[in-house]
This record gives sequence, C-alpha cells and structure tokens, in this order.
Amino acid sequence: MEPMEKKQSPFAQGLRDGIPIALGYFAVAFSLGIAARDAGLTPFQGMLASLLCVASAGEYALFTLVGAGAAYLEVALVTLITNARYFLMSCALSQRIRPDMPDRHRWGIGLAVTDEIFGISIARPGPLEPRYHYGAMAVSIPAWAIGTALGILMGTVLPPRVVSALSVALYGMFLAIIIPPARKELSVAICVLTGFGFSWLFGFLPALRDLSAGMRTILLTLGLSAVIALIFPRKEDAQDAE
Amino acid sequence: MRNNYIYILIAFAVIYAIRVLPLTLIRKPLRSRFLRSFLYYVPYVTLAVMTFPAIVEATALPAAGIAALAVGIIAALLGASLLTVAGACCAAVFLLELIFT
Repeated sequence: MEPMEKKQSPFAQGLRDGIPIALGYFAVAFSLGIAARDAGLTPFQGMLASLLCVASAGEYALFTLVGAGAAYLEVALVTLITNARYFLMSCALSQRIRPDMPDRHRWGIGLAVTDEIFGISIARPGPLEPRYHYGAMAVSIPAWAIGTALGILMGTVLPPRVVSALSVALYGMFLAIIIPPARKELSVAICVLTGFGFSWLFGFLPALRDLSAGMRTILLTLGLSAVIALIFPRKEDAQDAE
Repeated sequence: MRNNYIYILIAFAVIYAIRVLPLTLIRKPLRSRFLRSFLYYVPYVTLAVMTFPAIVEATALPAAGIAALAVGIIAALLGASLLTVAGACCAAVFLLELIFT
C-alpha cells in the first residue's frame, strides 16, 4: 500500500492511479473493437457502447449477440449474467459509503464499477471518496472508448497474423481474472474447471450444441453456480471482513 | 431488422441497474447465504464458459489457441497482471502462427 499523498486532491489522486488502468484498457479495448467490427458496429457505435457500459466481458458478449442478430431479451439476459459480479462489487462499495454522502454520488459511482476501478477505489483506506473514483474514471474511460473505436477503424488494416494474435487478448484477460482466485479457493477452481468442461461438452453434444452461445452461457452459469453454492456455501465473513 | 443503438441502450440500462441498484437501495449485506454464495461464483463460471473452448476457436491455428490458454493460465498462476497475461497470450499465438503457418 502506497502512503497517501495529502497534498493532492482526491480527484488528482484518482487521475494518477487511473493512468495504468487507462493503458491496460486501451490495449484490451483495441481487440474488443475487433470483435465489435466483426459484429458490424460502426466506430461511433463501439465508442458509445464502451462509454456507456465500460465492461470487457459484458461488451464482448453484447457484440457477439449483435453479430448473431440475437433477440433483445437475450441481450438483456446475457448482460445481466455476464455483469453479475458488478452487483457484488457495488454491494461491497455500498458498505463503505459515508451516511451523509449526497445521493447523486451513488448514481455517479454506479456509472463505472469495473474490476479495476472498483479495485483501486475500495483499496483506498477510509470511507469511499467519490472524487477519487471520478478521477480514475476521467482518465480510464476515454482510453477504453477511444481504444474500442480505433479497434473498429483499424482492425481491417492490421495483418491477419496480428488480428489472430489480438483475438485472444480478451480471453487472456478473463484468465487473469478467474485463475488467481481459483488457486486460493477449491470452490472457485471447481467453478473454472466445470465451466471449461461443460462449455466444451455443450459444444458438441446432440441437442445441446444447437443452443446459442448466449443461452449456453446463461444455462451453465445458473446451473453450475447454484450447484456449487449448495455444495460450497461461503462463510459469511469471507468478503466483508477485508 | 434490429437496431444496434437499441442493443447498446438495452445493455447500458441493464448494466447500470446492476451497478447502481446496490448502491442506492441495498444498505445492508444480503441475508441469504445461498444467494451470496451463488452470486460470488457466477462471474467465475461465466468467464470460464466464455473462455473455453472459444479461445481455441478464435485463432487461425487451433494449436496456437491451446498454447494461448496454457500460457494464460501459467502467467495468471504466477501472479502476472491483467495486461501481462493478455499480452502473453497474444505473443504465444503470434509466435506459433509465425512459425507454423
């Protein structure tokens, strides 16, 4: 933990701590833009989606469904499923809000609860500081949106080798999110391994292979998470104690 | 014909609700232990389902996708950052496809 610099305003601290997030976002957003381009989105539409949603896996799922011409209801359901973790993050953040904080900040912070911004915001000691959160948003979200638009614009001019290589960047990012906790907790490791296994099985088993990717994700997530939650209920203080 | 802007607005409405409702409405921890556990496991299952076998199908050379999976898992186990893991996966694919195609 770095010592707090008292001289800087919380907003400036957020800007500073948001710079590495912005750099990472820019690179990942570029490959996300390639997925958006494949789905037929214009650079402006991709930028708009990234500005509004600020979600890697969630946007990737969105673009996949747009490309497949999915039903609107399916998009809503898959967005709900792929972004469910933000619900938990917001629950954690809500416990750190000072009672006298104006409600408008609850609506403001809620615009960008991402893995990374949540991470640095909740790691800051003391009550949640909205201006710190806004500082991190101010530098990282534009990088995310511009990266997406550039990925859509430039995806076609890149050599096929480079496009093929960048296409795994998002999966690599997902691995970076799920593997370290799987190492620490058996139940999470089982989530990851059964997720891999059943996803693979559903790809070729009769009848199941006809399910859309979105429906496959919904069914497997609901089913596997429920079974694992029954077998491995979490200790009440596991997350909140920190 | 479906409209891309409606798709984007639906995604935004859902994702903003997910993020802002706990902040504005829920002021106590969830009571149900099952629900808490269930929600805790949801992201890991979802991301795992989305990653495999899709990572193998994403590359021009399937073997390169398998290598990217292995490299990504090892890098993540070693504690590499999000950006490093993503970069290592890309590098593995690029090198293998450069050599074998």
